Amino acid sequence: MLEIKNVYKTFNAGTVNEKVALNGLDLKLEDGDFVTVIGGNGAGKSTMLNAVAGAWPVDMGKILIDGQDVTRLPEHKRAKYIGRVFQDPMMGTAATMGIDENLALAARRGVSRTLRPGITKKEHEEYYRLLKTLELGLEDRMTSKVGLLSGGQRQAVTLLMATLKKPRLLLLDEHTAALDPKTAARVLALSDKIVHENHLTTLMITHNMKDAIRYGNRLIMMYEGRVIYDVRGEEKANLKVGDLLKRFEQVSDGDFANDRMLLS
Amino acid sequence: MDIMTLVNALPGAVAQGLIWAIMAIGVYITYRVLDIADLTVDGTLCTGGAVCIMCMLAGCNVWVSILAATGAGLLAGFVTGIFHTFMGIQPILAGILTQLALWSVNLKIMGKANQAINVNQYDLLVSLRYIKDVPFYQNTIFVVAIFVVVVIAILYWFFGTELGCGIRATGCNANMARAQGINTSLNKVIGLMLSNGLVALSGALLAQYQGFADINMGRGSIVIGLAAVIIGEALLSRVFHNFALKMFSVAVGSVIYYLVYQVVIWLKVDTDLLKAFSAVVVAIFLAIPYWKSRYFTKPAVAKGGKPNA
Repeated sequence: MLEIKNVYKTFNAGTVNEKVALNGLDLKLEDGDFVTVIGGNGAGKSTMLNAVAGAWPVDMGKILIDGQDVTRLPEHKRAKYIGRVFQDPMMGTAATMGIDENLALAARRGVSRTLRPGITKKEHEEYYRLLKTLELGLEDRMTSKVGLLSGGQRQAVTLLMATLKKPRLLLLDEHTAALDPKTAARVLALSDKIVHENHLTTLMITHNMKDAIRYGNRLIMMYEGRVIYDVRGEEKANLKVGDLLKRFEQVSDGDFANDRMLLS
Repeated sequence: MDIMTLVNALPGAVAQGLIWAIMAIGVYITYRVLDIADLTVDGTLCTGGAVCIMCMLAGCNVWVSILAATGAGLLAGFVTGIFHTFMGIQPILAGILTQLALWSVNLKIMGKANQAINVNQYDLLVSLRYIKDVPFYQNTIFVVAIFVVVVIAILYWFFGTELGCGIRATGCNANMARAQGINTSLNKVIGLMLSNGLVALSGALLAQYQGFADINMGRGSIVIGLAAVIIGEALLSRVFHNFALKMFSVAVGSVIYYLVYQVVIWLKVDTDLLKAFSAVVVAIFLAIPYWKSRYFTKPAVAKGGKPNA
């Protein structure tokens, strides 16, 4: 359902800071795929997600969602198909607006915004029910400003927002990296639950190889702007962290040795 | 220094404060809701006054003239919005460019630097003369207060709609807004238009009130607008959390600004210094949150994310 065809993206082209972030990237996702993405720093993982989301135009190549070419569609129009959770908990929510207002914004993703009420009574009841499923007690403080929540709570709300209106594609960009280990595990489990309950096609970047193996039905490894390893199903389920490390060393001549991948 | 001189001057100060309150609410929309310091307003205020006066001199009804002035303000905001979103110019610079262009536009509208209107010959809605010895419904304070209430009511409704919520989200977190399918460029343009429309409305009332439109009437108005926003917040932000009440506190801030201004004049302070005084006061108030976070935060409490809320 998502096709990335031969996509190139270079940042700061023509300067000393030139960085080829995507280098002929090809990737095809099937409906319902839950793909975990790993790779060292600068491998192009986040760039790939941003290219799909449309944060900026790509230099070359095509991106298709459900067979429709979205390569030239601006970010806010692609949002119709895409739910996103960012690495930075501050990025996914509007801090000065209430939890309920944030959810209401997300509920209108892909719909033209008119002079109808920004949030209705009926919605309040639905959000109460949904927030309750998070088991964070947020349902009782629905009108609180999101800025008052902790990072983990904000990520949970963002996750809810990303999936409130069932997206064709869910993009999780290391969305637990900024959280403490316990909260990270909770948010990750919650993500997994939401993805399965809604059968969402998902791309999830992680720096934690164990998580990459544990979650999803497919794993890809990126290096220098391309997918260099792609496993699924049984083969993926039987992977060990050691196998992945070996793979890494093979392709990179050992320059992963001091990468932060090893820390996790 | 006769205290009665001051007391007699106070109703005028309140009327002026209320007229500027509409302008300050416009500034609030850009500065607080959209998080843009829009300098267009210095030009727009005069545009509003100029259009209103010229329309009336040409024989238009006062309401039509006010409406035309507001429309001119919307247009000025649109231009700044296009400079910023479509042409990628930084918002402050976009505002300065429009402001500069408006100087010429305003001169062309008026034909000269100053256009007066006689309250006896024209049916003005508000005027210096309508402060005392008129029935209450004709009293400028009453009329402008109604304007302020209506403006706040409309804005309160608007920012509760889907579109209005989108604009608030755009100002708060543009990344998040785009991820939720909000056209942030369009929303910024709408916000800038709305803001400048209000500023021009304020200018139209101000020109009637003082009986003339002048090419310099908007100079430094952004500072007065910001002062009103800041004074209002400093006094009432702990009490008022509701959006409508926040706008109300901006109006209160504006009235207080003019009351203080009047007292300063009464104290026979050199009026040449007033603008410098305003600028310094606003600068200090703007610095307070920064100083607080930089010099008065205990490191041990710095938990739970950035205090950017």
